[in-house]
This record gives sequence, C-alpha cells and structure tokens, in this order.
Amino acid sequence: MPAALTLTEVVVAFGALRAVDGVSLSIPAGERRAIIGPNGAGKTTLFQAITGMVQATSGRVVFEDADITALPPHRRAQRGISRTFQITNLFPTLTVRQNLFLALRGLAPGKFSLFGQPKITAMEAARTEAALLAARLVGREEIEVRALSYGEQRQVELAVSIVNQPRMLLLDEPAAGLSPNERAMVAEVIRALPRDITVVLIEHDMDLVLGLVDQVTCLHEGRVLVEAPPSEIRGNPAVQEVYLGRARHAAG
Amino acid sequence: MNRGMLWLLALLAAAVMPLVLSSYHVDLATRILIFAVLAMSIDVLAGFVGRTSLCHGAIFGVATYVVIWAMAKAGLPAVPAFLAGVVAATLVAALFGLLAVRTSGVYFLLLTVALGMVVWGICLRWTGVTGGENGLRGQDMRPALLLARENFYWLVLAVAALAAWAMQRFVNSPFGLSLRGIRDSESRMRALGYNVPLHLFVGFAVSGFFAGVAGAMYAFFNEYVSPSSVAMGQSVAGLLMAIVGGVGTLFGSFIGAAAIILLENTVSWYTDRWQAVLGLVFILTMIFAPEGILGTIRRLGAVTRRAR
Repeated sequence: MPAALTLTEVVVAFGALRAVDGVSLSIPAGERRAIIGPNGAGKTTLFQAITGMVQATSGRVVFEDADITALPPHRRAQRGISRTFQITNLFPTLTVRQNLFLALRGLAPGKFSLFGQPKITAMEAARTEAALLAARLVGREEIEVRALSYGEQRQVELAVSIVNQPRMLLLDEPAAGLSPNERAMVAEVIRALPRDITVVLIEHDMDLVLGLVDQVTCLHEGRVLVEAPPSEIRGNPAVQEVYLGRARHAAG
Repeated sequence: MNRGMLWLLALLAAAVMPLVLSSYHVDLATRILIFAVLAMSIDVLAGFVGRTSLCHGAIFGVATYVVIWAMAKAGLPAVPAFLAGVVAATLVAALFGLLAVRTSGVYFLLLTVALGMVVWGICLRWTGVTGGENGLRGQDMRPALLLARENFYWLVLAVAALAAWAMQRFVNSPFGLSLRGIRDSESRMRALGYNVPLHLFVGFAVSGFFAGVAGAMYAFFNEYVSPSSVAMGQSVAGLLMAIVGGVGTLFGSFIGAAAIILLENTVSWYTDRWQAVLGLVFILTMIFAPEGILGTIRRLGAVTRRAR
C-alpha cells in the first residue's frame, strides 16, 4: 500500500518548547489511524503541522508523493486534506446549509463569483445531501449553527469536513464532550466513510478508538512512543505507563 | 408586503421628494444619499467581514480630490473625471487592502486610522496639486442638464439605488458568503481551502470602489474639497451612520445617514454644540438599540411574527 502521508523528523517548536519533537510517521492510503497520548503530548500540534496551520520548524511533510511542508493551509486543503477541530470551529451566524456550501466552494472555482445568488450545481446538491445524511442532520439544514445543540454542532463539524469527499480526513477528538449515544453515532459515521479515504483520528475514548482503527500511534512529550495495532495497545507496558496507567491512577 | 416592494416604495417616495421640498432640503437629501453610499461601503466591511475601517473617509475624499483636480486643473469633461475619481479611490483602497488584510480587530482599526492620516497629510502638504489648506475649487462642474438641483438629485438617487442594489448582490453572492465565513472563523476558512488574505483584499477593494463612487458624486455636489474631506472625521461620520442605521443591514445606512445629517442640521439651528448632541444620541443608540435603527426594526418585526 503506498503511503498517503509521510512525516519525516517533524519538529514544531514554540520558543524553547518543542511541542512536536522529531515525529516520523507513515500512514498507508485508506488506513484508519488513531493518534493517542496524554494531554500535551503534541497530538493537536501534529495536526496543525499536517494541515499547515502552523509551519513545521524542521522536517518534511509529504502527502501523496508531494512535499507540502511549505504550503499554506488552503493549498493543502485543495490537495484533499480535510480536518475537524477539537474546539468546534464553524460559522455560527450561518445556516447548516451555508456552512456546507462554503465547504464545497472552498475547493471550487465558483467561490469568486462576486455577484448574484449562489447557484448550486447538481453535484454540489448531491454531496450536500450525502453529508447531511451521513452526519444525521437531515431537517436541520436551514438552522443557524449557533442555534444548534453542542452535539449537533459536532455533527455539522463532521459534515463540513466530509462534504468534499477528501483524500485524507483528520479528526481532532470528534466525540469529545458527547453523550454515549452521540459517541456511538460519531463512530458510526466514521465507520461508514469510504475506504479510500485515509482517516487519522485523535481521541481519548479508548473503546471508541480501538474498535475503529487499524493502527495506533501513541505520542508522548512530542515523540512517537509506540506504534502498534489496537489489539496490542492496551497490553503495551509503555502505553500503560504514560496513558492508561495514569488514567487508572486518576480513576482510582 | 415583501421587502422588495417596501424598498421600491421608498425609492418612489425619494423620487417625488424634490417636487415638494424646498431647494435647501433637496440639497440636504442629496447629501444624505451620497453619505448613505459611503456608510454602506463601510457596512460591507464592518457588517459582513467583521472589519471596522476608519479610512473610508479618506478613500471617499481621494475620489473627490481627483474629480475636482481632473476638471479644474486637467480640463477633463465630467464623465471621464468621475470615472478617474472612482478608479483612483479603488486603487488607493487596493493598496490599503494589501497592507490591511493580514490584520484584524483593533490592529485593523489602527492601521486604517494610520493609512487615512497618510492621505490627509498628503492632501495638506502637497500644495502644488491639492491646494493645501485652501483646498481645490471646481467651477461649473455639472453638465448643463444637471444644473437644476432636482435633476442632480435624481441622478444621485439613481446612482445610490444602483450602488445599494449592487452591494446587496455582492454580500449575498458566493464570494460575499465567503467573507461572512471569514468573519465567523478565519481558521476554518483556511482549512476549507480559502485563500483568506486574497478574499479580504478583494472585499476591501470592492468596498473602496463604492466609497469612491460616493466621493466622486460629492465632488459634483460640493464643487469644493479641502483636507477636512479626507480627515478622520469623515471616516467616523460614515461609520457612525452605518452603526446608527444598523451594522450588517446595508440599507440601514440610508436611515443612519438621514438621521445623523438631519440631526446635525436641526440641532445646529439652535446651538453650535451640535456635536455634543450627536455624541449623546450615539451613546443612547448604543445602550438602547445596539443593532441600529433598521436592525432593531427587523428584530422587533421578527419577534411579532413569531408571536403570531
């Protein structure tokens, strides 16, 4: 399987703090990969470096054989990298449908029509309906996002990230703060994604993660601690030490 | 009655006004229309991009200067002079846009203040061209057909209506939606594949174009321009009109411009301290109707509709 995403010795430093400290990763096309690790391990910063929201201080980011290390975020999005945000990041004063429309037009030439009503093509309409259906938002299209519940906003976050049928989807804690029912629904949405989309998932809910992914990367203090299939993760002593073990201590 | 009908009626009412008003009041109405276009151009940025500009008065004034200079010094006919003024204002706005698009919030505000002051300084000091403090005076600028103030009013009304319609179409276009997306979340827009600075740049230039249209009309209305036309006070006045009318309502700018210009005129009959009264009205607006006049009317309208 060719690699969809390859990181080579990626470092992201904020002053003296090396949030990501030499991460090398290779994710095959179509794989479901989880990134786990305690708070402050560098998971979200790694996402920022992949999407271009922050520039890698050093190292290389290669997506589908192209070096994208120096590209600005919008150019990476145009190559098919889509993401959700850990903290809901939508257009609160716009309707669900307008949110999806902006997502669609971000990659389309029609975004520069300066005059007149937005005209939706048949393909855009079909993709909008598919995303609404997948994220279970049918019937909520005309509501402003700020008027939706938190759970529904997370669903919109998902819908916005998949409406363009991206090549790679980065999900930053898509189920955080949701009820068990809503979490199961999110898992369902992720499971239903077409297999040719590469999915990278940051998530703290182990049960959710381990049932969904092919491979798990555990980060600790900005470095890759372990990379293993989900069946081996729980039993791995290093992971238990930094992550599960600490959670157990906290619970106990 | 739908909203389109309402505005058509308002347009009709505005069109018959010169038949009943005194010539002094026709001039006042002309001034209101011109400043409403300036306020709308500011509202395009403030209401739909979330960027409050304090240099649109300067962009407006550049158009006024260029039109009067082109006619009085370069001997251009009225129409080319008008176009030259609009083009000059758009270019200045584009230049300002290049500098301002990477900023937001209070930094954007401060940068636009600084850019406006640069224009003011140039107009004040470049005496050979701008006439310095004396300013520039045009003579018999209006073509014969527009000498009657009613005719001039009707032309300004037509241009203002056209500009208002164009701005309305602009903010509701796919591009306008992308500007509202930037207002709500720049980082999400970047993640969706939008070149945010480029969109801001285009938005700023388009807004500056309309400020230029207003400024070029003002040249024919006033036939005189001095540094006070490009000073910060002009920008503040335009922004105040947009705010009093209702930021993000676009057409509210007509109401805001009318409210402020009429207030200024009425109060200055009684006292020289009309600015103090204006300040008081502005504070009261902020406290009791922060969405502005049209914004408040719309909100109350929505509440009564829901109650039915």
